[in-house]
Amino acid sequence: MNDMTPNREERVANLKGLGCKRKRVEDARFTQGKGNYVDDIKLPGMLFGDFVRSPYAHARIKSINAEAALALPGVIAVLTAKDLEPLGLHWMPTLAGDKQMVLADGKVLFQGQEVAFVVASDRYVAADAIELVEVEYDDLPVITDPFKALEDGATVLREDIADKKEGAHGPRRHHNHIFLWEEGNKAATEAVISSADVVAEEMVYYHRTHPCPLETCGCVASMDKINGKLTLYGTFQAPHVVRTVASLLSGIDEHNIRVVSPDIGGGFGNKVGVYPGYVCSIVASIVTGKPVKWIEDRMDNLMATAFARDYWMQGKIAATKEGKITGLWCHVTADHGAFDACADPTKYPAGFFHICTGSYDIPVAYVGVDGVYTNKAPGGVAYRCSFRVTEAAYFIERMIEILAQKLDMDAAELRRINFIRKEQFPYHSALGWEYDSGDYHTAWDKALEAVDYKGLRKEQAERLEAFKRGETRKLMGIGLTFFTEIVGAGPVKNCDILGMGMFDSCEIRIHPTGSAIARLGTISQGQGHATTFAQILASEIGISADKITVEEGDTDTAPYGLGTYGSRSTPVAGAATALAGRKIRAKAQMIAAYLLEVHDNDLEWDVDRFVVKGAPERFKTMAEIAYASYNQAIPGLEPGLEAVSYYDPPNMTYPFGAYICVMDIDVDTGVADIRQFYALDDCGTRINPMVIEGQVHGGLTEALAIAMGQEIAYDEMGNVKTGTLMDFFLPTAWETPNYVTDHTETPSPHHPIGAKGVGESPNVGGVPAFSNAVHDAFRAFGLKQSHMPHDHWRIWKTANKLGLHG
Amino acid sequence: MIPPAFEYHRPTDIAGALGVIAEHGDEARVIAGGHSLIPMMKLRMVEIAHLIDLQDVADLKGISVGETIRIGAMVTQHGLINDAALSAAAPILREAALQIADPQVRYCGTVGGNVANGDPGNDMPGLMQCLDATFTLVGPDGSRDVPAREFYEAAYTTAREDDEILTAISFAKPAGGYAYEKQKRKIGDYATAAAAVLIEKQGGKITAASIAMTNLSDIPVFSEAAGDALKGTDGTGAALDKAVAAMLADIDPTEDNRGPVEFKKHVAGVILRRAIARAVDRA
Repeated sequence: MNDMTPNREERVANLKGLGCKRKRVEDARFTQGKGNYVDDIKLPGMLFGDFVRSPYAHARIKSINAEAALALPGVIAVLTAKDLEPLGLHWMPTLAGDKQMVLADGKVLFQGQEVAFVVASDRYVAADAIELVEVEYDDLPVITDPFKALEDGATVLREDIADKKEGAHGPRRHHNHIFLWEEGNKAATEAVISSADVVAEEMVYYHRTHPCPLETCGCVASMDKINGKLTLYGTFQAPHVVRTVASLLSGIDEHNIRVVSPDIGGGFGNKVGVYPGYVCSIVASIVTGKPVKWIEDRMDNLMATAFARDYWMQGKIAATKEGKITGLWCHVTADHGAFDACADPTKYPAGFFHICTGSYDIPVAYVGVDGVYTNKAPGGVAYRCSFRVTEAAYFIERMIEILAQKLDMDAAELRRINFIRKEQFPYHSALGWEYDSGDYHTAWDKALEAVDYKGLRKEQAERLEAFKRGETRKLMGIGLTFFTEIVGAGPVKNCDILGMGMFDSCEIRIHPTGSAIARLGTISQGQGHATTFAQILASEIGISADKITVEEGDTDTAPYGLGTYGSRSTPVAGAATALAGRKIRAKAQMIAAYLLEVHDNDLEWDVDRFVVKGAPERFKTMAEIAYASYNQAIPGLEPGLEAVSYYDPPNMTYPFGAYICVMDIDVDTGVADIRQFYALDDCGTRINPMVIEGQVHGGLTEALAIAMGQEIAYDEMGNVKTGTLMDFFLPTAWETPNYVTDHTETPSPHHPIGAKGVGESPNVGGVPAFSNAVHDAFRAFGLKQSHMPHDHWRIWKTANKLGLHG
Repeated sequence: MIPPAFEYHRPTDIAGALGVIAEHGDEARVIAGGHSLIPMMKLRMVEIAHLIDLQDVADLKGISVGETIRIGAMVTQHGLINDAALSAAAPILREAALQIADPQVRYCGTVGGNVANGDPGNDMPGLMQCLDATFTLVGPDGSRDVPAREFYEAAYTTAREDDEILTAISFAKPAGGYAYEKQKRKIGDYATAAAAVLIEKQGGKITAASIAMTNLSDIPVFSEAAGDALKGTDGTGAALDKAVAAMLADIDPTEDNRGPVEFKKHVAGVILRRAIARAVDRA
């Protein structure tokens, strides 16, 4: 070794591996407008599709007349359900075991539903032509309330299955009923509740909202009739599954289909499912032999593609007089809209809602979820959360607050005495989960101390007195949340989507000169995979992250995987990446042993090289090993240095966190000023603290939106009242408060690098933190529950009902 | 969200613009910053065969500040905010313009478009009524002036004839204290309630008060009675209550996603109280 040889610390730094605040490699192109999104794709001869959509929420279609549209120069075709029927494509299966109309078949069931697909040579002509398609409707009674949908004599919404007594998830008890899904011990829970010291009961509504990614959904379908290959570019969060579905639906052999997800401008669950636009574009391309592009506009996206939430959660929580929780009961009325198109693992029609015992040691619990059809858009996707986990976290964190109120206890203390203790992990919850790891008390104490919780409560009490004396019109609210996420779906034995096990994959090739490419079955939509997966790999194989290309989203090149949603990329594909890296390293060790003329076992790994034990001057770097693998014959070993790993996780991971929000609420205007937001996240091993911080900021901002103003609202006729960004709240920097982030680090015991995932935690924990702050401000006046979103007028209404306007 | 096809005209003077209107009549419409009209076209709520872009008409630009202030119709909100002489002479304009939309929109959105469109959500119409401004309209028969307080007839319906272009806004340099107070749900939103207030004071007593409200009726609401209620008082207590009651009698809000009528009236009262307090303080 000479003086130029970097020391160990420098070599570690050069890797830019785990724990490095590496700048995102994607941002060079994104910040310069050089991203390549689906609408940037322009193919020779490309045609454009646009939908005629239903203005009615429920109506029978009497006739569709496309003559005038077809007469418009540039219009190639107008597809209706009748055209798709011979292909068996007028309906398609949903991810939830239901089926969904691709184009309206005899009736429409929600406003914005796809009725006809116009194909034209020009985007503008397509827009003109949809105005010329004449559709005659006979309107039908509209149901937007899931409780009314289940009443006797309610209008039949789904005539196609009106007589079916059995659905994909068991018996249906009413023609607008989809399923009843139950978990836990109902009888035991009800027995505990009936004899408990204290029971708090409340209906907690988590309103309908929408992921609203900045880039809407879209695709370009290109059928090459010469070679029989279909290429489908699109905004797909799960490109490999889309390929399989496209093959099953179209009958085209899967090897003849290539699905490409280019850069994606945010997904948040909105881009997991299969939409009529994809099917119609494929059919139009097959029929015309030309590429067909379909891109939603903002209103299409808000009105018709998958919504999120819409859960009415009736809860009962039982406790001793001292506040020890003894049981939890929950019944959910889940509004699924016109078709059950929830994107959940097949066996879980209510997702992982049964994580709703939260972070607490609750001995017995029961959950029942009734899925219901209404005249609203289908969906029910996991909007920046694992499947229905944000609903579960909101439910339990509201119930805890309501229980604290009933017990006249401090809500922080109530949480503390009920937390699952560190020594109880792995913890088996009453609803069937095995929590892998946690240290809740440490995190909670750190959070409370960081915000000076006692000081805040003192200030709040003083403010309340001042308010009562008429010296101020502002109340102070302290919103507490301790959440436990369940992410990383998931073990193949339990988790599948359309039969595909929810493993994920990574394939690595090391190039002769010591750089590498890694391909994964996931797809980044802004998460920064090209940055962080390279870091995982750098630490495993000793090649700098700067020398590792990460590629995803092209099914012709990437290994099969289930995609990116539900915070599953790091827990599943990240694990595959580490394990594939370890396979590389195992082979590298054999090569190094040959080169150094020692036994494999005489070598030890040191950052970026194998070193002969006890002889630190004798080593081979990974770069040297890579070169050797390509340029010399090594007895007993194949040339080259590649590996692939398909990872089936043994369990979910359970990130957790403590969030505290402090708000000042003007009772006269309903305006809430968020003066402080503290977010402590424990996502296990931290791959890139800067990316984590960015994820937390983004997720909290979406949580802010949901809690404080964002909703998909319908009037009684089923008209969408929030179909544009004027009324659908998407916060800008102006509305966004300052966030203080913090962490503890409790590695996952079963994940190869101990990482748990973080992208969705801030949405899961943020919503109850904001909402609890609003409720807490009014706690002294007896407020139990006021439903989100807490916009100005709803907060004002709360103050008004409590008599605070004199 | 794609408008139907239209012809695009880009005249360089007012005569040129009037000529296109004369030729195409109802089928032609001028466009200023486009932040109201273009969304309406994209939603296909309006169809315009001939769009006349005024951005190259130099005579519609510029701000002159003296005892009378004159603002060309094509001055942008950004231009208003950044004109030092205007901000010194009539700071209420800057205060109001900073509460309109967001910086990107303010680079394009114009004061002329804001007042001429007749959208009850726009902030400038109420402000101009508070300032007792005059709008200059130019048509085939020449030029005429219409007071802002007489310009608005109903939502999107104004005293401007179809063949006229609003070219300028003028008003006397305001004296005394001012405030533009606006509650909105988020940046870029129209007001839940907004109040423009000008107050003149002598020896602790209010001598003149002008009050106008935004987005609380289908037209801006100049509440003469509210202003009168403050005259001769210090603007607090019973006088303030009376002014608010007078304003509430003049407005006629409707329910929308911002909230029901009851809420809007309550907020209008709160906003006006705050605006008056601030204006009195500054007078």
